[in-house]
Amino acid sequence: MYKQSVQLIVDKCIGCTNCIKRCPTEAIRVQNGKALIISDRCLDCGECIRVCQSNAKIAVSDPMAIIDDFDYKIAIPAPSLYGIADSSVSTDRILTGLKHLGFDDVFEVATAAEIITKRTNEFLLNNEGNGPFISSSCPAVVRLVQVSFPSLIGQIIPFISPMELAARLAKERAGNDKGKVGVFFISPCAAKFSEIRNPHRQEKSRVDGVIGIKDIQVKLQRLIRSDMETEKLASASGVGIGWGRIDGEARALASDGVISVDGISNTISLLEELENGKINQFRFIELMACPGGCVGGPMTLVNPYVAKSRIMDRWDTAGAVVCEDCGPLQDISWTEELQASSFMKLDDDYEKAMLMMQRLDLIEKTLPGIDCGSCGAPTCHSFAEDIVRGRAVVTSCIFVLRKKIRQLTEEMIKLEDVLPYRLDKDE
Amino acid sequence: MEFHFDVCGEDYSLAGSASSMIKKKLNQLGLPPLIVRKTAIVMYEAEINMVIHAGGGVVDVHINPDDIRIILKDEGPGIPDIDRAMEAGYSTASDKARELGFGAGMGLPNIRKNSDDLRIESKVGEGTTVTIMVKLK
Ligand SMILES: Nc1ncnc2c1ncn2[C@@H]1O[C@H](COP(=O)(O)OP(=O)(O)OP(=O)(O)O)[C@@H](O)[C@H]1O
Ligand code: SF4
Ligand SMILES: [Mg+2]
Repeated sequence: MYKQSVQLIVDKCIGCTNCIKRCPTEAIRVQNGKALIISDRCLDCGECIRVCQSNAKIAVSDPMAIIDDFDYKIAIPAPSLYGIADSSVSTDRILTGLKHLGFDDVFEVATAAEIITKRTNEFLLNNEGNGPFISSSCPAVVRLVQVSFPSLIGQIIPFISPMELAARLAKERAGNDKGKVGVFFISPCAAKFSEIRNPHRQEKSRVDGVIGIKDIQVKLQRLIRSDMETEKLASASGVGIGWGRIDGEARALASDGVISVDGISNTISLLEELENGKINQFRFIELMACPGGCVGGPMTLVNPYVAKSRIMDRWDTAGAVVCEDCGPLQDISWTEELQASSFMKLDDDYEKAMLMMQRLDLIEKTLPGIDCGSCGAPTCHSFAEDIVRGRAVVTSCIFVLRKKIRQLTEEMIKLEDVLPYRLDKDE
Repeated sequence: MEFHFDVCGEDYSLAGSASSMIKKKLNQLGLPPLIVRKTAIVMYEAEINMVIHAGGGVVDVHINPDDIRIILKDEGPGIPDIDRAMEAGYSTASDKARELGFGAGMGLPNIRKNSDDLRIESKVGEGTTVTIMVKLK
C-alpha cells in the first residue's frame, strides 16, 4: 500500500468541501466531519495543502535530527533550493550555509540533473519517431499516469530521478572509510518523501531521509547573512539549476519539439489530449505537478514565481553548458517496469466490474446530480461509486434522506387515515 | 452496458468530453490499457468530426463482453464521397476549425487504424452515421 506524505491535522479540519472538490484523483472523502485521504489514490501533489483554508493539511518530512543516526552526513539539495535567495547570493554560499547546518558534504542534485539531461538526449535520439516521451522526474506525475492514464505508461522515460542519481554519486564520492554514510534530500517536494519509501522502480532508494526546505530555510538564511566564509562547493551550471523551475528540464535538452506544463490540472488536460492521440508532434513532454515547477512544491516557503525568476537569473549567470565530465555514465534505467495502479478498477473480474458499473449507473440516477459534497464525496458520481464499493450508504445523501423521510411521513398519514374510528369527529 | 451522450455542436471546448467519460469507465472496468487507448482515440476523433463538420449529434456506446461498439449519429450535411473522406490528408474543415488545430484530414484514417471495424453511412443533406467497433480480445 502507498504511504503518502500528505497528512491531516485532525483538530484543525472543519470538514468542509474544499479539498475533496479539488483533489485531482478524487482521493479525499469527509467522514464523520473529518477529511480522510484514500492513500492508494493520493499523488502527494500537494493540491489539498494549497486549497485548505484551515491549514489542516501538511506534507510530512523527516526531522533534521534524523541525520544524527549517521557518521558521515551528506546533503543533496534540490535545484529549487537556489530560489530562496536572489542571484547576488552565489550557489557556493547557499551550499556552504547548508553544510554548516551539520553536514559533512553537499552534492548538488542539479549536477545529477545535467547527467540526466545528457542521457535523455541520447534516449530521444535512439527512440526517434516513437514519442512523445514524458519526463519521469516529477513523482506526482508518474503516479498520476499510473493511477489515471495507464495507457501512457510506456511513454514515460524509464530513468531514475536526479535525486536518486545524486544520492548514488554522493555515496560513491564518500567512499568506504567514513562509517555509516547518510544522504539527505533537501526537498521542496512531498511526493519525493513518498518516492523513497515506495520505490516502485528500484529495489531500494539510496536516499536515507528527506528534509523539507521549509524546515531549514530560516536557519539557512541566517547563516547566509552571517560572516561565514564561502567554500567552493558548487559545480552545476545553469542547465542543472534551471531544473528547479518549470521549463528548465525541457530547455536543458536544447532540442526542438519540447513542451512543458506546470500545475496538476493543466497536466491532466495535457495527458488527456495525449491519450486522445492529439499532441503527437512533440518529442519530449515535461510535466510538473506544482505551479511554477518544483519552486512551487508544498515544502517551500518563497512565492513560486519569485523563486522561478531567481532561478532564471541564475541560469543566465551560471551559463548553460552541460557538464563535460560528470563522471562515468552510469546505468540510470529503472530496474523494474512501471505498473499500472489498479485502484480505479471496480473489480479484477471484468464481469463483476460490469455488474458493479450497472449498479453504479442506477444509483447515480437516483441522486440529484448537483455535486453538493454534503455526503463527503466530491461528486454524485463518486458517491455512487463509493456505495457500490461498499464505502458509503445511500442515506448519507441528504436529498435521498429527505425523500425517504417524506415517503415515511406520507405512509404514516395514510395509516392514520385508515384508522377505524375518527375519534375527534363525532365528539 | 450502454451509455448515451448528446453532443453539442456549438461549443468546441466541450468536444471530447463524451470520449473522456467513456475512457474513465473503461479504466474502471479494468480493460487493458491498449484497448482503452484505441477506444479513446477513435471515439475522440469521431466525436470531434461530429462537432466540427455536422453541428453535433448523439453518441451511443455499447460495452459488450467481447467488444465495444460506438454509434455516432448526426443530421449534418452528410459526406458526398466517403472513399475520398477516408483518404489521409483530405479535409473540408472550416477556417474556424483549422484555427483550433483540426483539419489535418487524419481523423478518419486514424479511426480506421485503431478500430477493428468502421462503417460510415451518409446521405447528403440528411446526415451521417458512423459505427465503430473495437474488439476486447
Ligand atoms: N460527421 C461528418 N459529417 C460530415 N462530414 C464529415 C463528417 N465526418 C467527416 N466528414 C468529412 O470527412 C473529412 C475527413 O474527415 P477526417 O476526420 O479524416 O479529417 P478532418 O476532420 O477534416 O481533420 P482532422 O480529423 O485531422 O482534424 C472531413 O473534412 C469532412 O469533409
Ligand atoms: S513539481 Fe517538483 S516539487 Fe512538485 S511534485 Fe513534482 S517533483 Fe515534487
Ligand atoms: Mg476529423
